[in-house]
Amino acid sequence: MTPNATAKLIVKDLRKTYGPVVALTDASIEVREGEFLTLLGPSGSGKTTMLMVIAGLVQPDSGEVWIDGKLATYAPSFKRDLGMVFQNYALFPHMTVAENIAFPLRMRRLGQADIAREVKRVLDIVRLPHVADRLPRALSGGQQQRIALARCIVYGPSIILMDEPLGALDKKLRDEMQLEIKRLHTELGITVLYVTHDQEEAMVMSDRICLMNDARIEQLGTPADLYFRPRTLFAAGFLGESNILDATVTAVENGRAVLRLAVGDDALVRAVARDGVKPGQSVKLMVRPECLTVLGQGERAENEIQAGLKDVIMVGGITKHYARLPDGKEVVAANLTRGPVAQAAAGEALRLGWSADSSVLLV
Amino acid sequence: MAASAQRARPAWIGLWPILPALLFLGFLFLYPVAQLLWLSALDKASGDLTSAHYVRLFASPLYVKVLRITFEIAGWTTVFVILGAYPVAYYLATSSERRRNALMLWVLLPFWTSFLVRTFAWIVLLGRNGAINKWLQALGITGEPLDLIYNFTGVMIGMTHALMPLAVMTMVSVMENIDANLPRAASTLGARGGQAFWRIYFPLSLPGVAAAGLLVFITALGFFITPALLGGRLETMITQVIITQIQTMMNWAFGGAVSMLLLVAALIVFYLYDRALGMSTLAGSAAASQGEGRPNPVARLGAWAGGHVLDLLGRICDTVAGAWERVFPARPDRPRADRSRMVLTAVVALVIFFLAAPTFFIVPVSFTTDAFIEWPPKFFTLRWYQAYLDSPTWMSATVRSLMVATVAAFLAMLVGAPAAFILARRSMAGKTAAMALILSPLIIPRIIIAIALFYFYARLGLVGSSLGLVLGHAVIAVPYVVVTVMAVLKTYDERLDQAAGSLGANRVQTLWHITIPLIRTGLIAAFLFAFITSFDELTIALFVSGGLATTLPKQMWDDSLLKVNPTLAAVSTMLLVFVTALILSAEYLRRRAAAR
Ligand SMILES: Nc1ncnc2c1ncn2[C@@H]1O[C@H](COP(=O)(O)OP(=O)(O)OP(=O)(O)O)[C@@H](O)[C@H]1O
Ligand SMILES: [Mg+2]
Repeated sequence: MTPNATAKLIVKDLRKTYGPVVALTDASIEVREGEFLTLLGPSGSGKTTMLMVIAGLVQPDSGEVWIDGKLATYAPSFKRDLGMVFQNYALFPHMTVAENIAFPLRMRRLGQADIAREVKRVLDIVRLPHVADRLPRALSGGQQQRIALARCIVYGPSIILMDEPLGALDKKLRDEMQLEIKRLHTELGITVLYVTHDQEEAMVMSDRICLMNDARIEQLGTPADLYFRPRTLFAAGFLGESNILDATVTAVENGRAVLRLAVGDDALVRAVARDGVKPGQSVKLMVRPECLTVLGQGERAENEIQAGLKDVIMVGGITKHYARLPDGKEVVAANLTRGPVAQAAAGEALRLGWSADSSVLLV
Repeated sequence: MAASAQRARPAWIGLWPILPALLFLGFLFLYPVAQLLWLSALDKASGDLTSAHYVRLFASPLYVKVLRITFEIAGWTTVFVILGAYPVAYYLATSSERRRNALMLWVLLPFWTSFLVRTFAWIVLLGRNGAINKWLQALGITGEPLDLIYNFTGVMIGMTHALMPLAVMTMVSVMENIDANLPRAASTLGARGGQAFWRIYFPLSLPGVAAAGLLVFITALGFFITPALLGGRLETMITQVIITQIQTMMNWAFGGAVSMLLLVAALIVFYLYDRALGMSTLAGSAAASQGEGRPNPVARLGAWAGGHVLDLLGRICDTVAGAWERVFPARPDRPRADRSRMVLTAVVALVIFFLAAPTFFIVPVSFTTDAFIEWPPKFFTLRWYQAYLDSPTWMSATVRSLMVATVAAFLAMLVGAPAAFILARRSMAGKTAAMALILSPLIIPRIIIAIALFYFYARLGLVGSSLGLVLGHAVIAVPYVVVTVMAVLKTYDERLDQAAGSLGANRVQTLWHITIPLIRTGLIAAFLFAFITSFDELTIALFVSGGLATTLPKQMWDDSLLKVNPTLAAVSTMLLVFVTALILSAEYLRRRAAAR
């Protein structure tokens, strides 16, 4: 990535180990001013570790952290002026909601009158003006979540870190809070570094997603990038459903790679080439189920393959055809339901087709 | 629950396993204690109700003074214990689990080492010819030996040492429940270390401090070994008065009145504690002290003042840290050394050294060729061990202690373990009351249990019998068994039992083939704790065992009243090795059980 002059937060070659366990390594990201960037990855992939290092709560073994153009790798967290929302909210149980929100202002030695005014202001922003005198444990999960946000934005940090802030909420509340967080993000123009292991949440909220796996950054890009142009098998598998086929490259011409599938009738298929692929190399070909269509009589597609139907399932507006390739591998095609699904018998032969643009090479 | 719902029979029938424990304690604890207290209100000759004993108690300046001294000693002990134990508990609670377990053992070891052994160790260290005085003189710090013993200092050192492990364990159990993210959150919100600790962590740890303070204070009220052996005439505590009244004067009614006084004092402290904080905090839940509604105006004022004090403390710490930083500025490109943690580590190392090290001074003294306990010991002889082995008194005391402890531990298991099952798994009416009864032998000063049993046994002809001793020791071992087994059951997945049930096993088969094998190590640990409790017990043995048939601790006590000699050091050393081995195996088993 090119160095960015307006980068709000730069993380360079970060590495952190706990004894023999490598929790994070080779991690570099740049977060732009006002950006919503999400760290997405399975459990234990190092997301929290990265956030903790940025917040100054964990010291890295090596690497650098720059905040607002200033080196902050080992600066204590109270000097970094960023906000953090913890998964379990970390509201102080012995203080009322108002006292909780006032805490960062007290630490900054604001006057009583200013504090009272600011507390009221942020309580209005999160739409909970009536809970000021309650203790945190007298609030619902969603309310606690909002108060944690309020406590974080009250002192106007320019970066907010959130570690799975919605992890403890049920589905409906999650959806609601996702919108709420997005609203605050746009209204206040803050930079957000967000952690989740829910891919849908990451897709809905983020400007860019940083996919992490096994203590490393797997891929960094916009949600569309990650979905339609995954660079690794892991990335393809982590976001959405995918069909993966083994293939060998036979030629590379005008940005297209010509491949011979390991299965099937020696038919050649085409895919968008990728830097460094050479003829003779074995690769994986990934096609999203939405890009795979069941071809009718006489219909043609750029790439085609024969398969035996296994099952047809209508999920509301989407119909899924599960089919088995000659080598036993299963693929699925998902298309909009355009009318009553014809009763197809299992084992019936069918042709599946897709475009070269929608096929992705993985190495 | 599920099982009792299946069949149409009253729910309480399923609760029968708790009955033996309740009956046992009701008969051998509640009834005798009530009887003793009743006795204190009766005229000896006529049997009529009278307040004469209490009038005498309060009319005599002597007893009022003893009461005042007792409270003073218990109060100061509590202060010193909390001051020493807090940093240790904080360090343990904020360390990794492995380090916590390793250090906890060093804290636990003195807790389970015989009171008498520990007290003898202090005599070796603090005496006029003790190790500390010898070193001070050798280093030229003092010319004359200092009076470190047979005075207030000696009592304070001994009692602080004796009670600190209890405080550490109580506080750790509260601090462990404080979310580690809270101080972190404070730090990201702009709080420096001092503010984060004093405003966030400390208030949340207060229930633990209060619970520890309460337990230490109550236990200290009933002490007599330490003041008797390390104190002077001015440090006579109320328990010593009770012992004199009963053993020397045979004045039951008056002894009962003094006991009543001690009990009432303990109950008042409990009551005040409950009013201020609520009993639930004793169970070790952090932040349980904040009641639902906000407190009354007085408490509000206290909270306001407390807030300012904490703010001030936080500022002082941060100013010191800030000043240090100005001299040695931190750099954003270099790892920070956590200086406050280093200071803490040093303090904790000192306190743990204070807890663990003294006991080992008893070991070299047991090999001295001198006829007295003196430092440095002159090496080398085994004659004190020989003396112990050759003495029929010591031998029979040892055998008796081993036998009594074994049987008492079995009995306590038999009575306590089923009760633990019920308390851990069933909901029932009056559970709190049942729990209170089961735990009260730990809380009621032991001397009261001892003389109550003495009086009770005297009429049954059980004084001096092994049976009487076994029953008495089982009374105080039951709470340990219940607590340990409940802790193990907490980690036990009850669905395993339900699975066995669904596969056709009846309740007994399930218990025998599934539950007991899985919690076996926990049961063994509970047995060992019960065993040590009895093996180490002096107070009850002092009264109940009668003149002849003595136990090991009682023999040590009797001997030490004459003269603390190297034979005692030899016995103590053997005890130390034996109990340490037991503790290590109990701890090992407990951990294996917990690891599952
Ligand atoms: N304090 C610690 N001590 C030892 N190992 C740790 C510690 N913190 C994290 N780890 C290890 O570092 C690795 C990364 O952990 P991290 O908490 O960053 O994962 P994560 O991506 O946040 O996972 P999750 O989604 O479960 O929260 C894991 O293997 C974890 O076990
Ligand atoms: Mg995490």
